[in-house]
Amino acid sequence: MAIHFDKVLALNSHALQLRAERTKVLASNLANESTPGYQARDFDFAASLRQALGEEMLAGAPLSELGGAAPDLLYRVPNHRSQDGNTVELGVEQAAFAQNAADFQVALTFTQMKLRGLAKAIEG
Amino acid sequence: MSFRNIAQIAGSAMTAQSVRLNTIASNLANADTAAASEAQAYHARKPVFAAVFEKADSAGRVAGARVQVLDVVQSAEPLRRVHDPDNPLANEEGVVFYPNVNPVAEMTDMMSASRAFETNVEVLSRVNSMQQSLLRMGDE
Repeated sequence: MAIHFDKVLALNSHALQLRAERTKVLASNLANESTPGYQARDFDFAASLRQALGEEMLAGAPLSELGGAAPDLLYRVPNHRSQDGNTVELGVEQAAFAQNAADFQVALTFTQMKLRGLAKAIEG
Repeated sequence: MSFRNIAQIAGSAMTAQSVRLNTIASNLANADTAAASEAQAYHARKPVFAAVFEKADSAGRVAGARVQVLDVVQSAEPLRRVHDPDNPLANEEGVVFYPNVNPVAEMTDMMSASRAFETNVEVLSRVNSMQQSLLRMGDE
């Protein structure tokens, strides 16, 4: 029985990459906290992961990058309106950033556990 | 992975916030600078920020947004006119012009700017630790 590393690790690598992309989106929101008219962006992690994995299975795309399409960026709906049209709410974005960083660590830990399991299977 | 871009985004925000702190420092320093005429008087300065969107490429990366300081504009609020005939700068009506700097507004703006700066420093250090742990993947 052969072990296909790219099949075994597809979910983990996509999850890590999407977490890194989401970090960038949230960092952009935090960077533009005082830019007039800037609208905060974000994407749905679960839907993007499903989309990336679906494309992967259909097209057999290379694993190093997401399967072609970037996640759909949506606009955040602010809790309050601001006078300058900026929809970044510092607390909301900081919380999302911290949660995303923690989720990145979770994805990394799962990847490490999987690699350890594979190493055990190989070594016997 | 796009960690390098994140460093650029956070770095651009830190640059923009230090420009903002710079103008605030100059406004507060000149809050009591008298002048003989409206033209010579110091006017409060404010930076104008704008978002610069990256292009989304085909490799599944999303577009980030940096911050750019478009310009530093001078406030159009009326200057403070003070009747002070003893001042050597007073004009023939005995009026001296003081800047339109509002020290309370500048102080709150300063707190907001330094908090925004700190937020971006925090983003950088979190991204740094994420990158470090990604590099250590596979170690026990």
